[in-house]
Amino acid sequence: MNNFALEISDLRKVYSGGTEALKGISLKVQEGDFYALLGPNGAGKSSTIGIIGTLVTKTGGSVKIFNKDIDSNVSAAKSILGVVSQEINFSQFEKVIDIVTTQAGFYGITKSIAKPKVESMLKRLGLWGKRNDQARTLSGGYKRRLMIAKALIHEPKLLILDEPTAGVDIELRREMWNFLKEINKNGTTIILTTHYLEEAEQLCRNIGIIDQGEIIADTSMKDLLSRLDVQGFVLDLEEPLEKEPAIDGFELRLEDSLTLVTAINKDKSINGLFDELNKLGIKVKSMRNESNRLEELFIEMIKK
Amino acid sequence: MNKQRNIQVAVTLWTLTSKEIRRFMRIWIQTLVPPAVTMSLYFVIFGSLIGPRIGEMDGFDYVQFMIPGLIMMSVITNSYANVVSSFYGVKFQKSIEELLISPMPNWTILLGFILGGVSRGIIVGIIVFFVSLYFYPEFEIANPGLTILVLFLTATLFSLMGFINAVFADSFDDISVIPTFVLTPLIYLGGVFYSINILPEFWRSVSMANPMLYVVNTFREGMLGISDVSISFSLSMISLFIFIFTSLSLYLLHKGIGIRE
Repeated sequence: MNNFALEISDLRKVYSGGTEALKGISLKVQEGDFYALLGPNGAGKSSTIGIIGTLVTKTGGSVKIFNKDIDSNVSAAKSILGVVSQEINFSQFEKVIDIVTTQAGFYGITKSIAKPKVESMLKRLGLWGKRNDQARTLSGGYKRRLMIAKALIHEPKLLILDEPTAGVDIELRREMWNFLKEINKNGTTIILTTHYLEEAEQLCRNIGIIDQGEIIADTSMKDLLSRLDVQGFVLDLEEPLEKEPAIDGFELRLEDSLTLVTAINKDKSINGLFDELNKLGIKVKSMRNESNRLEELFIEMIKK
Repeated sequence: MNKQRNIQVAVTLWTLTSKEIRRFMRIWIQTLVPPAVTMSLYFVIFGSLIGPRIGEMDGFDYVQFMIPGLIMMSVITNSYANVVSSFYGVKFQKSIEELLISPMPNWTILLGFILGGVSRGIIVGIIVFFVSLYFYPEFEIANPGLTILVLFLTATLFSLMGFINAVFADSFDDISVIPTFVLTPLIYLGGVFYSINILPEFWRSVSMANPMLYVVNTFREGMLGISDVSISFSLSMISLFIFIFTSLSLYLLHKGIGIRE
């Protein structure tokens, strides 16, 4: 008996129009993991999630959720899976509390058992005050929370979130990150797809990158980030410059008169750059990373 | 373990059925009131105003003759409309994903929607019956057992047809084409307002090919004790089509046609 929350073997999907969305991908996610599945648009992420949730029929291969095959043991597999879809998928005309209670009922949870669970879940997600509101009246952020409440009401062992923070403001995104970290800490395995690579870097321990229907990386976040050769930095200057300084061994670009951007190889020390700038009388007020590190690597990998 | 699973399945079925009933009750002004208003108009115009000039039809007052037909017309259109609009609605809003992701077996999904349609069909049938009592208070049901059986079977049959229509529908046009261009003409020509005995031989034979004729007349047999067709044949055909459409619906759900990519 292994302890994989998800095992995908040779998963293939060819849509009726002939598009080959998945070209035989294989993937294993450990129990308790917080796993990021990344890829550009059309890479096959949503097809993969759709197949796991049985919303999309697969052309070939197998999927097991905690060792339960979605073909031969479908009810058992589905009962321990929660999915937060990319698009809103609840009835807009029902009340928030009814939507979550009904969802519990679809998992065989009686109303009397569901009632305290629903109350607790809505309170945890800040939806209790809106429990009697029609879903269509909720803001985008609250709709996202409702999607999460729905997916968690039957206490799944594996939770899959397909771009859960798309279109959500920074404050709510941070709140959702904390919430997801907490439920992961309490034992729920989480698989996340996102376009915000910072999100994956912040939350996930392991990562899979999918491109054109194939897995091109499946490793730990630490290992992936260690592959970065170059690090970008933005230097905010005290005095304006007219032209970027020429310093041997460092590539410098002036973004505006007070902002200098550089890319430094891993084998070089940033102190060398500061020494050279000092010699030229250029004073640096502050410094920050140029962009998300994972983003650079991601773009590099899918370009190959 | 099996008992627990059975309880879980029963809970899922009750959840979906009660959701479906809640849906049409919530919008009662669109679902329950219109049949009462429309049928009242039929009773006023064809029953009270024109009816006395027509006289008797198959030995009954015209308004009395119309009652079973108008109840059936309401049951057919409402059970069909309930399922076709509700199931297409969940497809359109993507809330069908809630059902497909859950461990509910396909047959409970089908049965939940069908019970929703049957409930609306029967409630509307009862409403129209009470409306008809206002216009013909002395009405007595000849065979209550057969009446209830046909009411239930008809609502089931047309709920299933509504379900299949919704599975294949890709737009709101697709869910109105069949009710408007197929069901309504067949119902109107299916003996709701007349006995086929008044038709010339040729049109009487043509009418025999209309399935609505059997549904309406079997119900009329239950309510008035008269029919233009064989009751055992009608009941057998209704049951056969319920079996065929149930099998087809389950096959469509199993294959995911129209609902899974």
